[in-house]
Amino acid sequence: MGNANPNVKLMKDGKRLDGRSSTDIRKIRIEVGILPNAAGSAFIEWGGNKIICGVQGPRECIPKHGADPYKAVVKCRYMMAPFASHDEHGRSGPNRRSNELSKVIREVFESLIITEAFPKTQIDIYIEVLQAEGGTRVAAVTVAAVALSNAGIPMKDMVSAVAVGKADGEVIADLSREEDNFGQSDVPVAFSNRDGNILLLQMDGLMTRGELGKAMDIAQESSKKLYKLQTDALKEYYEKPHGAKKFQL
Amino acid sequence: MGEEFKDIVLHQMRKDMMVKTFKTGQRFDGRKFDELRPLEIQKGNIHTAEASSLVKLGLTQVLVGIKFDVLTPFADRPDEGVIMSNAELSPVASPTFETGPPDENSIELARVVDRGIRSAECINLKSLFIEEGKVLAVFIDIYALNHAGNLVDAASIAAIAALTDAKMPKVENGKIVRGEFTGKLPLSSLPVAVTSIKCSDYWLVDPSLEEEYVKESKITIATTDKHVCAIQKGKGTMTRKELDNAIEIAFKRGDDIRNVLKH
Repeated sequence: MGNANPNVKLMKDGKRLDGRSSTDIRKIRIEVGILPNAAGSAFIEWGGNKIICGVQGPRECIPKHGADPYKAVVKCRYMMAPFASHDEHGRSGPNRRSNELSKVIREVFESLIITEAFPKTQIDIYIEVLQAEGGTRVAAVTVAAVALSNAGIPMKDMVSAVAVGKADGEVIADLSREEDNFGQSDVPVAFSNRDGNILLLQMDGLMTRGELGKAMDIAQESSKKLYKLQTDALKEYYEKPHGAKKFQL
Repeated sequence: MGEEFKDIVLHQMRKDMMVKTFKTGQRFDGRKFDELRPLEIQKGNIHTAEASSLVKLGLTQVLVGIKFDVLTPFADRPDEGVIMSNAELSPVASPTFETGPPDENSIELARVVDRGIRSAECINLKSLFIEEGKVLAVFIDIYALNHAGNLVDAASIAAIAALTDAKMPKVENGKIVRGEFTGKLPLSSLPVAVTSIKCSDYWLVDPSLEEEYVKESKITIATTDKHVCAIQKGKGTMTRKELDNAIEIAFKRGDDIRNVLKH
């Protein structure tokens, strides 16, 4: 991310190091309703990312003075397990990065959840990153949308997120860890599905306006693929008898 | 945070009035939609810092101090210096700010400013290398002095203004000799953040505090003269077209600010 290293080749014969084309996204598996004690839950395996999301609530707002008499308060905690990174052992607990991500993810769902339906309550979204391989915040948004659906919380739309960016001079979808670390730019973006509005958008690295436009086009295409995966996972859960399938981490 | 009933009513009334004003092509303070508040940049007020800048954007005031220190480099980048940014939202700047460890707003503010400067690669980190195991670290400390809306743009301008004024400290035997310098800190570009908010179908650049209260969407875009170097979308939703317009404005106002910075 902004640490473009010309010595690292990320493209070979028009393909990326893991054999994907520039617009391919990694393999994704979504499982619904995996945590019995949560109001709603989901798991996502996205390439090498493994993320669990649990939703609690709507429930009484704590502390009480934080409650809103007109709508529910949405709270979100993004956490990365100390063993989740390829690098050294991480410190447990929140850090500056996770604080920022918790905020931007919360803002996505504040725009989506019909909070007016649950005054004086809070809705908690807990995101636990167990294994990280680049693109955890977009995987987190994608899985949290599924977990909220599983919790039966009304939302105006479904949200799907993907990171796009630029590596080795090429605009690509769904950056891997290497592309994230050694590429020229990283743009996580989330779209609401029906109207194509942008709910989350961040960028670091350098891109021209033209490149950014192309990246957004690719992101919009990818988000449609994700939407299908999300709805398929939900359908599968509700069509089959619950607990028929054993959850595999 | 729960809002008081009177706040909700006041904000709604204010918003109705604002939208009425918008229909005449103006904002409450008489600005056009794509107009910045008056910008004033002071440099070098803090003599203990290697560089400093006080930026006034309308009534918003942000002070940035730059300090250099010698640090051990990160293990994966042994030949590169370090940039560290922190923001302090002290209660002097607003009755809504609280004391205590940095909250998410101050963390986000510092990280967005940091991301613009880092992504633009305006500081050559390799030039901060001293010797094996020792590099120079640039500390960018952001102090909000008065929060009258759009702290992030003011902080971003103050940070880059201070950096344009920074002198390279003299280093002897792996230590900084305080008060002695060896030329200026070279900067290859001038990244500047420009924030726009949406209020009832109107997009406003550089929002004042009263405009921020009623915003529906918010986006901060940092640009250099050629590239977009950082984006942070805040609350709300936006369409692709709105994003394109926001980028256009970010380049235009960014160039205006860069012109002020160069003089």
